[in-house]
Amino acid sequence: MLRLLNLELQKLLLNRTSKILILISFVLPFFVILLSSLKINVFGFFTLELGELGIFNFPVIWHLTTFFASQFKFFFAIVVVSMIGNEYSNKTIKQNLIDGLSKKEFILSKFYAIVFFSLISTVLIGLISLCIGLYYSSYTEVSIIFMETEFLLAYFVKLLGFFSLCLFFGMLIKRSAFALAFLFILYILEWIIFGLITWKFNSNLAEKIQNLFPLKSMYKLIDQPFQRISMSKFPDKANLAYDYGVHFFEIVIVLVWTSIFIFLSYRLLKKRDL
Amino acid sequence: MESILTINHLTKKFGHLTAVKDLSFSIQKGNVYGILGPNGSGKSTTLGIILNVVNKTAGNFQWFSGNISTHNALKKVGAIIERPNFYPYMTANQNLRLVCKIKGLDYSKIDEKLEIVGLVERKHSKFRTYSLGMKQRLAIASALLNDPEILILDEPTNGLDPQGIHQIREIIKQIAANGTTILLASHLLDEVEKVCSHVVVLSKGVKLYSGRVDEMISSHGFFELKSTDNTKLITLLKSHESISSYGSKNGLITAFLSKPVKSEDLNEFVFKHGITLTHLVQRKESLEEQFLKLTDK
Repeated sequence: MLRLLNLELQKLLLNRTSKILILISFVLPFFVILLSSLKINVFGFFTLELGELGIFNFPVIWHLTTFFASQFKFFFAIVVVSMIGNEYSNKTIKQNLIDGLSKKEFILSKFYAIVFFSLISTVLIGLISLCIGLYYSSYTEVSIIFMETEFLLAYFVKLLGFFSLCLFFGMLIKRSAFALAFLFILYILEWIIFGLITWKFNSNLAEKIQNLFPLKSMYKLIDQPFQRISMSKFPDKANLAYDYGVHFFEIVIVLVWTSIFIFLSYRLLKKRDL
Repeated sequence: MESILTINHLTKKFGHLTAVKDLSFSIQKGNVYGILGPNGSGKSTTLGIILNVVNKTAGNFQWFSGNISTHNALKKVGAIIERPNFYPYMTANQNLRLVCKIKGLDYSKIDEKLEIVGLVERKHSKFRTYSLGMKQRLAIASALLNDPEILILDEPTNGLDPQGIHQIREIIKQIAANGTTILLASHLLDEVEKVCSHVVVLSKGVKLYSGRVDEMISSHGFFELKSTDNTKLITLLKSHESISSYGSKNGLITAFLSKPVKSEDLNEFVFKHGITLTHLVQRKESLEEQFLKLTDK
């Protein structure tokens, strides 16, 4: 396992483009969160300090940071898609197999890399949230700090699922740009099916079915936190209440998709003549 | 003899096209094999199948004694297919390190193999800055990293300039001289003739011949003769018991042999009958002539 991970890391980190993209995908969310936690003086008119709003309080901060950080997953998605595309365009996938890597090991080495980077990203976000939280939060009891840390787990699973989907599209299409376009097509397709079911039946059923689809199920892992924050500002408005929690079944759905994508990638490679 | 590779009734179909049809042959340790065939005869497909990149339709093949999975067997094999495939953004050294990681070797062999192909000075240059000849030599170095039981080369001199071709051939000869088993696919016959001891001839996916190169050129050769009186010479040749047929072209008489005859004996024979030869050359048919005969059918 370490051998395969090592192999993939060498391929990625010696490539300047993917190195920069990996760096961006880690550093950018880091900075955005860090900057938003600072006091910003807008041309001396007024001071913007998001910390004052109470959004950096435990446990809300776990929800908020994981939600925003996961928007930056697209940068690493480019890396995932191009790490397959490059292997095909350089024909190094062929050479790897000839040199004695099995097709299974090839897919596994990509998958381990995905797990590795998702894990690092999760740990980084966990650490920065903890630091900012400890600095701003009004509540610092240990039990409150570690409340809702399941958002970190959800964040990890969300990245894992999304990158596995990218891996599959990369294997399917072999070209990075087209694979990214397919992601967009899948997104549209999910909404078209949603629309069709709403039209034929009702939106309630449609939403339940759509929640099973790959992209939507990944999105659903961490619900948007805005409503929750306004809820905390106006506790009397009961109609704002919604279910923002991380649910076990949501994680299971995404994990099932992850294994389907990895398995299909392997099947695809196995059947294919290179 | 230790068997390195055995292929039994291997078949590969691409849709309606049969690229390889019921192919069987085996490779023994220590020999240099050539796979000959015109373009599109199934050479590369066959190599692709045994190298785990193309799926077979029917039949089977086994590496070594047979109780080893293909991808593990390939760790003991060195192979170059068509074009050198490396990561363009890595240096030669980094590329070879990657191969070491795949094959489970340590890095100590890298310099030694780069020395053989003469790339030590350029080992820290990126692969994309290499010329085609250098890329091909790097591919050979990479294939030699594990001191392979067998070296498989598919058209190793394709697209190279004469110097490049010469360099690659010298390297191959050097490797063959060390006793490494080699399987060389090529449509360049003189290349095969120069280095191979055994040959498999393919055409349209079908095996036409497999065996020793010198047995393929099984005839006893022919004489090219000229004299001042060719008509008399032809009548005389007709009476010779070892000459099966003859031809005449531009005053040059070609006499094909059914039995081995020494040139000095033939010279003596015609001189005794009052003919003086002005030209006498004994030749064997080249592999090229044999090959064209085989594939023309």
